[in-house]
Amino acid sequence: MEIKSEATAGTLESSDAQVTIEPSDGGIYFELSSSVMNQYGRQIRNVVLETLKNLEVESAKIKVVDRGALDSTIKARVECAVFRSSGWEGAIPWRGLVK
Amino acid sequence: MKNAVGRDIPDLLLQDGRSVFRGSNFMDGCIYTKPGPTVRAAVKPQASKVLENIRTAINRCGLKNGMTVSFHHHFRDGDYIVNMVMREIEAMGIGDITIAASSLGDAHDPVAAMIERGVVTGIQTSGIRGKIGDAVSNGSLKNIAILRSHGGRVRAIERGEVHIDVAFIGAPTSDEYGNARGKGGKSDCGVLSYSVADARYADHVVVITDTLVPFPNLPPSIDGVDVDYVVVVDEIGDPARIASQALRVTQDPRDLMMAENCARVMASTPYFKDGFSFQSGAGGPSLAVNRFLESMMVERGIKMQWALGGITKPTVDLLNKGLINCVVDTQDFDAAAVCSVHNHPRHYEISTSQYANPMNKGAFVNKLDFVVLAALEIDVDFNVNVVTGSDGVLRGAPGGHPDAASGAKCTIIVTPLVRGRIPTVCDRVVTVTTPGESIDVLVTDYGIAVNPARQDLVSAITSAGIPITAVEVLKERAYSIVGVPDDVEFGDRVVAVMEARDGTLLDVVRQVKKFE
Repeated sequence: MEIKSEATAGTLESSDAQVTIEPSDGGIYFELSSSVMNQYGRQIRNVVLETLKNLEVESAKIKVVDRGALDSTIKARVECAVFRSSGWEGAIPWRGLVK
Repeated sequence: MKNAVGRDIPDLLLQDGRSVFRGSNFMDGCIYTKPGPTVRAAVKPQASKVLENIRTAINRCGLKNGMTVSFHHHFRDGDYIVNMVMREIEAMGIGDITIAASSLGDAHDPVAAMIERGVVTGIQTSGIRGKIGDAVSNGSLKNIAILRSHGGRVRAIERGEVHIDVAFIGAPTSDEYGNARGKGGKSDCGVLSYSVADARYADHVVVITDTLVPFPNLPPSIDGVDVDYVVVVDEIGDPARIASQALRVTQDPRDLMMAENCARVMASTPYFKDGFSFQSGAGGPSLAVNRFLESMMVERGIKMQWALGGITKPTVDLLNKGLINCVVDTQDFDAAAVCSVHNHPRHYEISTSQYANPMNKGAFVNKLDFVVLAALEIDVDFNVNVVTGSDGVLRGAPGGHPDAASGAKCTIIVTPLVRGRIPTVCDRVVTVTTPGESIDVLVTDYGIAVNPARQDLVSAITSAGIPITAVEVLKERAYSIVGVPDDVEFGDRVVAVMEARDGTLLDVVRQVKKFE
């Protein structure tokens, strides 16, 4: 999917994550701050990059401000931000791109 | 060298008589000589002890570079004394000071900058939080910090492991001769238990009060015979932050469920009978246990003989309802506890040595039937951490946790399985503050586990129809929700040692490493 404009999903509430995505000039630029950085930073990074790969996003700047969200939450927030950014107007492709 | 909880203690630390933890009762029967302070006689009957300000008191005590000063934490987050005294010490050009406090909290953030400036080079405490915790974890403190339980602190003083040059004791009221009490005045904190050992073992003792009362201020918590000087200041603390008006009892259904299960576990054991004794921590679920105990006591027609510890309203309520015979108090967390210790004839103040020093001959914790405590982390060996956060930074307080856990016949940890994304039940706690051998039961919102060393409790609890599970199963459940955490990475430098109650080394805390 193509990242067309800046888009945000999620909140800064405890156990949530706020994901901001915007176009880049090629490649994935990932930035993370997290309240559980030491124990889960690596894992959060993997989930975000994996989710982008599933959505076939190859070029984006993505920033995640994590407040201790579970993997499923992080994944959902990233997917939402990508769909908003790409201007997707159809139904969410459950069990397709969104796994 | 590996100790009895499997922690590797660097050989470099094992000198000057220091050794590794070998089990809670290893020091039983050990012979030691108590140190005596070097004091100055106050013979002249008409001489005044009242000095005009703190600076004069510091001068008269002869405080010099490299000395140790002590403080208590009865004023909790409302304390003004530590900052007031330390600012004066710094202004006088004195440095390289060790602070030996019963606890340090957010109120003492200005001390962190004094660590950076070399004014404070040593910290010995039962609690370390806020900016001081950050400064020590970042390696800014020159010497290795020493973390002790409340009982362990008194042991260190009464065995001469720490020598206090000057004790500064904030007191809600004092007379001109230094007889000081936790009662009355503007900053009423109830009791002065933590300061009793300081007053008896320090070379110099300065009482700082904002309310000078007529002589004699009886009965004193701090005895005038130990006091060199009295300083009167405008305010020793912020009363609103000393005793909370009303500690809110949790309405969180998860906390209440855990509290009820905890009370049911207690009621299933043979210790739950007329005349039992009990201590509860001040955390939400621990406090709520009192509420469920009440109905179970009434149902069985039994009463509690005594309650111990930091006291809060739920305990006072049970005392006033006649369900507790007496309350034995070392700290007051709320206005109800302060009021009760002053007015109820069977609500008694004791010293922290009486409370929990493992090396005296009569610590009250040893007579406890039950204690209910919280945990930041607990691992599959039942070791508990209450001092380092999940990022490895010092931000907690052993306090009386290891003391009550070790003394009680049945020690119950009540904690949710996960907090946010952090698993509370884990493979290996970051820092061991209370050894697993002291912990008997773990109550979480996903199940109850019993230490396999306590098969007697396993049968008592299961006979009562309460389902139990293995602690490993709870850990797996936690990891299945939040994922398996990576180990926190540390630098090499040891920034703090966690002493066991008996002074042996339970664990070390290393400098934090920035996550990349």
